[in-house]
Amino acid sequence: MNPTIYFLLAVAVSAVITFGLRALPFFFFRGEKNDKNMPDWLLQLGIVLPSAIMAVLIVYCLRGAKSDFVGSGIPGFLSVAVVAFSYKWKHNTFVSILLGTTMYMILVKIL
Amino acid sequence: MIQPMKSNKHKNSFSYALTKSVPIMCSYFFVSMAYGMMMTANGFPWYDSLLVSMTVYTGAFQFVLTTLLSSGASLLTIAATAFLMNSRQILYSITFIHDFGKMGIAKPYMIHTLTDETYAVNCTLSLPYHQKKSVMLWIALMARCSWMIGAVLGGALGQIIPFSLEGIDFCMTALFVILFIDQWEKTSSHIPACLGLTVACVCLMLFGETGFMLPALIIVSAILVFYNQSKSEGTANSQ
Repeated sequence: MNPTIYFLLAVAVSAVITFGLRALPFFFFRGEKNDKNMPDWLLQLGIVLPSAIMAVLIVYCLRGAKSDFVGSGIPGFLSVAVVAFSYKWKHNTFVSILLGTTMYMILVKIL
Repeated sequence: MIQPMKSNKHKNSFSYALTKSVPIMCSYFFVSMAYGMMMTANGFPWYDSLLVSMTVYTGAFQFVLTTLLSSGASLLTIAATAFLMNSRQILYSITFIHDFGKMGIAKPYMIHTLTDETYAVNCTLSLPYHQKKSVMLWIALMARCSWMIGAVLGGALGQIIPFSLEGIDFCMTALFVILFIDQWEKTSSHIPACLGLTVACVCLMLFGETGFMLPALIIVSAILVFYNQSKSEGTANSQ
């Protein structure tokens, strides 16, 4: 597939699905006073899914460790530890992202 | 209502919305700058970052989309990832069904711009509806603008910066670790989080680095649907 068409299609698919999810309750809602029209399993999934998906995504980000433990795994795990500890300590998103990313960029250079 | 009162009220709504959205604007600006830089590092120019930020506009997924795009993932993988990563948005919209429903032409815009952060701030607004309406619109507008400006600036900066941006992708990992900790502290049951970690690691071993994401996401959500069902049956039986 042409790269530009692939890019535009991928963005369109993402945009439609994201907007669709945000708009979904408005479809199920027909002037009633509650959200009882929503399928129950979908509501329940929306509550428990975020933490499970975040866990999958962290593994996704560190997937390089499987084939290249020294060059990708060690910098990744060390920087994740820095992010986690600094965030637990100060709860500052900006500082933790900056610290972790800087450390990772230095580690991949030297290892 | 008297006319002069109205303009005064709007001015108040704006400044009130501004004080409410400063924390969102700051964090959006820096996170989307990292996003813009990551896009450039993966070969996408600033206007691609702007296009995605304008049309998709969802923090965490935009980062994943970048790696999916640069690895040439299938449209099905992209669609499934978008669906599962953004499914939590449903819950946010439900909260504002009544508030957004009465906003006329602004309604689609309010639906499109509802994010984790604007949701959290909108929940804290205790104002009469006529004022809440314009405050929510201002907050949505300011948050979205700072997200787009950050993405463009980050993209442009990524093209100028003289040193290699290798490793900038880690800002995505850092963001997910932070969101994971937030979720962990917010929820009492850590079963979904531990399940996600386990299933993802097993799938990585089984399917390899390039193809494990889709099976992992599907297996995790399938198990969670069954887990929810057995849990609700369990409470129904005990009652």
